[in-house]
Amino acid sequence: MSAPTATAPTGRRSEGRVRKPLLYVIASLGLLVMAAPLLWMALSAFKTKKDLTASPPVWLPSQWTLSNFSELLDQLDMPLYFMNSLIVAVLVTVSNLLFCSMVGYALAKLDFTGRSKVFGVVLIALMVPGNLLILPLYVLMNRLGLIDTYAGLVLPFAAGAFGVFLMRQFMQSVPDELLEAARIDGAGEWYIFFRIVLPLVRPALATLAIFTFLGSWNNFVWPLIATNDPGKYTLPVALATFANDPNRTIAGGNGMLMAGSLLVVLPVLVVFIALQRHFTQGIATAGLK
Amino acid sequence: MSLVTGSAADDAASKTKARRAGGAKPPAAAAGRRSRGRSLSRRNLHGWLFSTPFLVLFGVFMLFPIVATLLMSFTDFGVRDVRQPLEAEFVGLDNYVNLFGDDTFRTALFNTAYFVVVGVPVTVLLGLLAAILLNNGIDRARTFFRVGFYAPVVTSIVAVAVVWRFVLNPTDGLIAGLATELGAKAPDFLGSETWAMPSLIALAVWRNLGTVMVLFIAGLQAIPTEVREAARLDGASGWGELRRITVPLLRPTLLYATVITTIGYLNVFEEPFVMTQGGPDNATLTVSLDMYREGFNFFHMGYASAMAYVLFVVIMGITVLQLRLLKDNTR
Repeated sequence: MSAPTATAPTGRRSEGRVRKPLLYVIASLGLLVMAAPLLWMALSAFKTKKDLTASPPVWLPSQWTLSNFSELLDQLDMPLYFMNSLIVAVLVTVSNLLFCSMVGYALAKLDFTGRSKVFGVVLIALMVPGNLLILPLYVLMNRLGLIDTYAGLVLPFAAGAFGVFLMRQFMQSVPDELLEAARIDGAGEWYIFFRIVLPLVRPALATLAIFTFLGSWNNFVWPLIATNDPGKYTLPVALATFANDPNRTIAGGNGMLMAGSLLVVLPVLVVFIALQRHFTQGIATAGLK
Repeated sequence: MSLVTGSAADDAASKTKARRAGGAKPPAAAAGRRSRGRSLSRRNLHGWLFSTPFLVLFGVFMLFPIVATLLMSFTDFGVRDVRQPLEAEFVGLDNYVNLFGDDTFRTALFNTAYFVVVGVPVTVLLGLLAAILLNNGIDRARTFFRVGFYAPVVTSIVAVAVVWRFVLNPTDGLIAGLATELGAKAPDFLGSETWAMPSLIALAVWRNLGTVMVLFIAGLQAIPTEVREAARLDGASGWGELRRITVPLLRPTLLYATVITTIGYLNVFEEPFVMTQGGPDNATLTVSLDMYREGFNFFHMGYASAMAYVLFVVIMGITVLQLRLLKDNTR
């Protein structure tokens, strides 16, 4: 962790070529520290019990095995939790794409009375921490009979303020002349929105989709509260419950836990690496305002 | 702007394409339904229509809970009241009074403060250093390094907390094993009151450093090259450039990164929930975890609501304070 701190003193004196290799060494060490826990997880998932408890620790399995995965699947219905997580994340993503871009369009391009008030609501929603909401939300969902339902997991996240903010920023770059021309040609606002504006902001929609999906996939606190029936658990809830189960035998359990963690983390890591450009751009846009 | 689509678009919202153009008279029925509808121009109508789904969801799932939490915090809302919320009894400020006499809650407040006071500066500083290193220090394979440093951000906290628990395990863990090889003995990180909290902070720093780094990289790239070149021509050393040019110009990013990291860390929940369950001996019990336990394990929901509000007020106060402090320094 302390590796990168060495940059400042070295950068001070030495110049150009001398310092470059050293900076690469520091960057590589930092990368190693960052990657180590994930590598350890991925490799340990394929280790035998003997390798898992070996001292000194072994990085590469001396014998690759899938037994951790099969044991895990015997105890946990991972495909079910995977489907639950996927269904919830897809529904949350689709509804955010639609609702956030609708408000974003109204805020950026429709000069209506009360627009600044709606934007104020968005800013408030951005700042409210989720922990403030979960107690009455649980009571409300209970009354509505939505505990242990997909609706109960999706609705509180169906239109996030971050998404509205992001879409508003991007929609502002759509030229007004284009919209005016469409209006003169007799196009209605819905037609303009779906046929003209949305296709123009496709990159922003991609960014929003990625962030929303990821947020939902990794979401923990609300699914933990809003599900009692293990059949409705999402992946993180199932994994945390399993990891904290006092009845689970610890011996050899670490292999199963690493296999489970790998199954939760791998899909998003693959998506991230494939689409990494959208991530950094999205954060930069949202962060710099 | 004079084109009146009327309520056709309203009714046909999702399905029919609203291509009704030219001086259509608003249908009488619709006009009666919304009395002020006639005075709203087409822009007004659509502005509100496009905002409706978000506003409804905000009202039900955010505004209502914000108010309800406050109301609940003045009641003895318990497990029976989950079915009959209106039967909870009003107890005035009792919950808040009890809260400050509650040793467990005070421990939780202290632990949360510890997590924030140590975690935020370390995260922001390492994020800044990583950004400078990966943006200005090296030219090749930048993307590769950035992807690597950012990767932990996209992982599920629960999954990586499970992984870290294994990494820090005193018998089979990676750190303990490496320490043994070096002839040292690693402490039982998560079982020790001294080491448990620093371990959770290390996990949080590791997972959130990438977000801060990306923010700073965007900030660095917004600094015009001319400014740097001018500084160099004037004979600024690498260190001088960093101190006099880079850091001052990054102040807005620094502010933003500090505020979002602080808010996130004040809400810390998953790390102690998965890694230590608040132990050993409440050494890692945070406010959010304490609230979760009171609310959902013991169903003292009125009491837990008071905790939620105290945390909320603290978050708001600290955010405002940070905005003040860091802004004033720019002058």
